[in-house]
Amino acid sequence: MPHILTRSLDRRATIFLAIVATVGVLLPLSNLLLPDTSMLHVPTYLMTLFGKYVCYAVLALSIDLIWGYCGILSLGHGAFFALGGYAMGMYLMRQIGTRGVYADPVLPDFMVFLNWKSLPWYWQGFDMFWFAALMVVLVPGLLAFCFGWLAFRSRVTGVYLSIITQAMTYALLLGFFRNDFGFGGNNGLTDFKDILGFNVQAEGTRAALFALSCLALAISFLICRAVVGSKLGKVLIAIRDAESRTRFLGYRVESYKLFVFTLSACIAGIAGALYVPQVGIINPGEFAPGNSIEAVIWVAVGGRGTLIGAALGAVAVNYAKTVFTSGVLAPYWLFMLGALFVLVTLLLPKGIVGTWNAWRDARQATSLSEDARSAAFEDGAVKPHMAE
Amino acid sequence: MNALDTRKTSAMLYLDGVHVSFDGFHAINNLSMTIAPGEMRAIIGPNGAGKTTMMDIITGKTRPDSGDVLFDGVTDLTRLDETQIAELGIGRKFQKPTVFESQTVEDNLLLALNVDHRVRSTLFWQDSRADADRIDQVLEIIRLTGARRRLAGNLSHGQKQWLEIGMLLAQDPKLLLVDEPVAGMTDVETHQTAELLKTINRDKTVVVVEHDMTFIRELGVRVTCLHEGSVLAEGTIDQVSANERVIDVYLGR
Ligand SMILES: Nc1ncnc2c1ncn2[C@@H]1O[C@H](COP(=O)(O)OP(=O)(O)O)[C@@H](O)[C@H]1O
Ligand SMILES: [Mg+2]
Repeated sequence: MPHILTRSLDRRATIFLAIVATVGVLLPLSNLLLPDTSMLHVPTYLMTLFGKYVCYAVLALSIDLIWGYCGILSLGHGAFFALGGYAMGMYLMRQIGTRGVYADPVLPDFMVFLNWKSLPWYWQGFDMFWFAALMVVLVPGLLAFCFGWLAFRSRVTGVYLSIITQAMTYALLLGFFRNDFGFGGNNGLTDFKDILGFNVQAEGTRAALFALSCLALAISFLICRAVVGSKLGKVLIAIRDAESRTRFLGYRVESYKLFVFTLSACIAGIAGALYVPQVGIINPGEFAPGNSIEAVIWVAVGGRGTLIGAALGAVAVNYAKTVFTSGVLAPYWLFMLGALFVLVTLLLPKGIVGTWNAWRDARQATSLSEDARSAAFEDGAVKPHMAE
Repeated sequence: MNALDTRKTSAMLYLDGVHVSFDGFHAINNLSMTIAPGEMRAIIGPNGAGKTTMMDIITGKTRPDSGDVLFDGVTDLTRLDETQIAELGIGRKFQKPTVFESQTVEDNLLLALNVDHRVRSTLFWQDSRADADRIDQVLEIIRLTGARRRLAGNLSHGQKQWLEIGMLLAQDPKLLLVDEPVAGMTDVETHQTAELLKTINRDKTVVVVEHDMTFIRELGVRVTCLHEGSVLAEGTIDQVSANERVIDVYLGR
């Protein structure tokens, strides 16, 4: 185990983790301890907003793991995020108890409203946090496993795979919209009261949720790094670059894709679960195909196949979205997002961090080879290289 | 023959009456061929003769419409997929050099190593002395020791061909299928490749497709000429190149 960790932590990864840790600790502290009048005080609304971005960053990581390293372009990852969110939402609904409008001790308000007499079987157990937490990972993971098993075994790749992932999230969108599906229909799940006994609205809880989101980002990042830094990571890249060649070497490509796709869906589910208590609602809109596409754009902008870029891209694009959609430019946001995607694809195909890394690596390589040459020269070891 | 021996043939590779058609076009037409264990066989023939398609059939990329393809006397290759066939010990070098361009030369070899290829063992794989030695050894053989940390995509065409042969060596198969290994190589490189294949043939069965007649002569092995998906002639290079029909369809007068 230790060697997996050391192997996955290079300088860039360490800096990234240090930043995530610093933000994860300092922001909540400033929110809780500093007086409102202080310049450095972070207001609660801002902390919650950043908390949302951090959850998006975790989702972006999960997309980058499969797209950047294994070439699987999922345009339905929002579905796994939303399923994790719904699992958490169900727990939060069951915590409301008699404080709901209809004051039913067991049934959430929307079920009373629909004249349901008892809790459907799939709502059982969600009053227990550990069970809900398990489902946050298990449900997206299981869906991804079944979906992937069918798709990868039939060798569905490229655009076709992207299209069926869109179809998957769209089908879930339609399902969750229906009242008789049992997840609150159009309105989704909301009016949460508390989580593990703490008021979800309280500043302390919000600060804790923010810190936990940063922790989730750090852990997801470490997991992804460990995976891509292992020999399995090299196999993933091999599959991305030359899938059939990889088969001829004796690798069962579909098993590798299935593993990484399922892992990625689990991470996306965790992101969704942390997102829901912070925004206070989960509704079928989260399954909208457009959401999944937006998430892919974050990764493209930040730089696919870099992990750090995916996380930064998610934060940067969403920050821009917040700024623009709250001003006069609001109606044009989608056009700007589209333009951003086109510009990045044309001008910075490696994304922001990918381009930066390439530039740094190139500089390092030149200075290294210059060092090597001058060192060798001093040793008198330089001979003109003979073609054999 | 031993009564318990279920082998249908003593051949390493046995093709009998194989047919493949693509949308009605008969790419392989009643193709039969036998490669003995330890043999090296050269396959020649005009473009479109079906040489690459034959390798596709052996390696599970293309399923024949009919006919038998047996490996090692017992294994019916037409029932297996690419991964299973590779695990049996059949390695392949493609006509267009196919290496993992965005990875280093040594990582290409590491990926090719003949080890447990299952997900879990790959995830928890650790560097070992034995693997490192094997990689060093292959690098030495393919003369890429100095380029081990370079990206495979930055190699010259000839070096890529060699890297792919190196990947075959790392894979350590029983049977090597080598499709046009010297295309785009200089004369010196071609000569070195012939030497390399001869060395490999000391303990492995090799099937090599090539157009370069000088190269084929240098190998000095039995030659099969394919034409329109079936065997036109077979024998020593002198017999085959003296064959009237081979001259007509392939060598030219
Ligand atoms: N997948 C395919 N679909 C259709 N036609 C094919 C396919 N693969 C090969 N062919 C055809 O089969 C014939 C044999 O091709 P190939 O085996 O590549 O020839 P060679 O390697 O001897 O030059 C060619 O006419 C080629 O166009
Ligand atoms: Mg060919």
